[in-house]
Amino acid sequence: MHHVVVERWSRGASPLHARDARAKLLVLLAFLIAVSTTRPQSQGAFPAYAALLAVAIIAARLPAAALVRRAMLVLPFSATFALITWLGGDPLRALALGEKSFLSGLAALLLIATTPLPDLLRGLESFAVPRPLILVIQFIYRYLFVISEQAQHMRLAARSRGASFRASAGALGVLFARSWERAEGIYRAMLARGFDGRFPAFGAARFRPSDAAFLLLSALAPVAIRIAL
Amino acid sequence: MKVIDVRGLRYRYPDGTLALDGVDFDLEAGECVALFGANGSGKTTFVLHLNGLLSGEGSIEICGMPLKRETLPHIRARVGLVFQDSEEQLFMPTVLEDVAFGPRNLGVPAPEALARAAKTLEQVGIPASHQKAPYHLSSGEKRRAAIAGVLAMRPEILVLDEPTTSLDPPGRRDLIRLLAALPQAKILVTHDVDFASSLAARAVFFERGRIAAQGAVEEIARRFNWRSQPVESRDRR
Amino acid sequence: MHIPDGFLSTPVWAAFDAGAAPAVGILARRAQRDIEERSIPLMGVMGAFIFAAQMINFPVGPGTSGHLVGGTLLAIALGPSAAAIVMTAILAIQALVFQDGGILALGANVFNMAIVGVLAGYLPYRLLRNSAGIFLGGLASVLASAGFALAELSMSGIPFPPRILTVTLTFFFVGAILEGAITLAAVRAIGRLNPSWVRNTNQPAGRTLVVIGAAALILAVAGILVASTHPDGIEILAPAHSPAWLHAPLADYQAHGVESPYLRKAAAGVAGLILIYAACLAAGRSMRQRSARPAPCVSAGVNPDQHAPRSG
Ligand SMILES: Nc1ncnc2c1ncn2[C@@H]1O[C@H](COP(=O)(O)OP(=O)(O)O)[C@@H](O)[C@H]1O
Ligand SMILES: [Mg+2]
Repeated sequence: MHHVVVERWSRGASPLHARDARAKLLVLLAFLIAVSTTRPQSQGAFPAYAALLAVAIIAARLPAAALVRRAMLVLPFSATFALITWLGGDPLRALALGEKSFLSGLAALLLIATTPLPDLLRGLESFAVPRPLILVIQFIYRYLFVISEQAQHMRLAARSRGASFRASAGALGVLFARSWERAEGIYRAMLARGFDGRFPAFGAARFRPSDAAFLLLSALAPVAIRIAL
Repeated sequence: MKVIDVRGLRYRYPDGTLALDGVDFDLEAGECVALFGANGSGKTTFVLHLNGLLSGEGSIEICGMPLKRETLPHIRARVGLVFQDSEEQLFMPTVLEDVAFGPRNLGVPAPEALARAAKTLEQVGIPASHQKAPYHLSSGEKRRAAIAGVLAMRPEILVLDEPTTSLDPPGRRDLIRLLAALPQAKILVTHDVDFASSLAARAVFFERGRIAAQGAVEEIARRFNWRSQPVESRDRR
Repeated sequence: MHIPDGFLSTPVWAAFDAGAAPAVGILARRAQRDIEERSIPLMGVMGAFIFAAQMINFPVGPGTSGHLVGGTLLAIALGPSAAAIVMTAILAIQALVFQDGGILALGANVFNMAIVGVLAGYLPYRLLRNSAGIFLGGLASVLASAGFALAELSMSGIPFPPRILTVTLTFFFVGAILEGAITLAAVRAIGRLNPSWVRNTNQPAGRTLVVIGAAALILAVAGILVASTHPDGIEILAPAHSPAWLHAPLADYQAHGVESPYLRKAAAGVAGLILIYAACLAAGRSMRQRSARPAPCVSAGVNPDQHAPRSG
């Protein structure tokens, strides 16, 4: 499954993996904003952005082909709208649409492929993302694959009984019931270990000078490209 | 010294099911007791009472402390409950944080809780699992991690609800070895008579919300014909 | 429909990020207050359920099938604030982990699906409290989300020639009907297993939510209006049979194909939306303050027993 691959990537060791999640998040934002605000006429900027990502992929010691293949999943969607725009008589904007969405997707993938989600969430939390939201994301991610496995079984069961709208609704109902009961079991397990309504925090990692240096240099690069090209 | 003393415990679920109908039970420090009984006989309902997750009529004393709202935090620190479904017990993003969850709730500062968690993971034999997501552990490792999550709270009593389900034979063997080495008083809810007899001396048999009998594990197993195979054909070690 | 990065123009994504962030903050606080502490694991696991539910296909006709989107079902089971937080969390995971939807576009996607989608889906259910309400909830939820997404893309200068727009809208409408039918079937199946799961009536401050929900619907309509005042969008109203249906509007588009008028229009549109939205939030807030007083609880048009907690 996809997440297993990305999660394995995220636990790798490289200079990019070692950087603080907050630094990487800010660099990603700088990159995305630079790409987003680039005018379609500035076609020279896009290869430069791509080169930046290539450097990052090499620095992260990630399998480039697999990474690019994953990022290309956005292309069917972009291609549809690019086609509309192109037929609309604006081929340059159409091209930029494809370039921007692919580069942005690849950059986002690079973040999650070099940062384990728990670290990323802790980073988001220090950017004042509401804590309940962070915790819900954490729980969804934790149980996503447990419940997906159940859904897979139920899908098979529903199919073996002959696919019908009713059978699918029944399967959905059972999946809902199991999920609800699981949530109650989790809550019970939390109480049993002294949960008093407030989630314990474990504190964020230390933001080191090397993280600051990385942030400064890497955030400047896309901005420079945006301005210069 | 008695660490658990239960008198006349009755509990009815909101839907009307009478799950416990007058249970008297005690446990000595360091003792290990097996709980047998058919599915639905009330074993799980009973152990949920031991750290106040359910509260019925009757009295419960843990280490001489009556179970009340005020004593609840102390009692939850003393009675470690390991649930049947480890997936539900391991809810934090990484194994290390999960094991540190209990100590953090007891007020142990984060660095110390994490250090304690690391030590406990070593104790249960999965030292390399720290940064792993619980989802990626094998079922034997999950069970150990769940036990570690409880042990890290340094309880005096360990309660395990059907701990051998979904374990393969090596996992089961390792679990016996781990539990045998732990000094805590233990309650093992199980259908696995061999597992019980290798750890516990006494067994308690539940029937329709009551304790129908108690005695030596082998004797209770024989009396209620509680082995999955006849004794003669079993391959004894 | 999760909008990727690269599609929305800067004023559009920036405005929606700026608008969605405080909204999520308010909803997070509400969700935490409305349902007690067990809410976090419950919200998380139900979010995982919505994710997984997409694997269960609902066959409709030969070779086609749909699946649950889930905003309305979540709102019925958890209440609208919690449902909005869960949908936001799902969208964040989809953007961060699966690159499904953009990061800069997250505000817009959250706005469309987690805020407008959930509230628009909850309103008909809340008002009617019957099967029709559930079906209409599913329908309204998808229509409102899609309408907003379309408006945002359109404001960002992606041209929608009438024929394509017609096809897209038809598509959305079919999807909306399907969501209504799936939501209804799912709620019935769940209710058979345990009625209390989908009869969550003891949520406080119902009137506020009705107001905010109504605001969401108004917003959706406003979004569609903004889209249709767009030079391309207005072509929907014109007959689409002209043989040169593709060329005419596009030639026009080429002629004034400069970015700045678009930007101005988009900025104005978004500013209008945000204003309406802020007004709705403020109205919701004052309603809440008023309803907190021990005042008469029957107001015109609202059935009083909808506010009475049915179960303790
Ligand atoms: N949440 C619940 N609501 C209602 N009845 C329950 C609930 N949990 C268990 N029961 C019922 O209580 C009785 C005892 O169940 P339980 O303690 O789980 O038994 P055991 O663990 O021995 O299999 C059974 O009849 C069971 O159906
Ligand atoms: Mg049981």
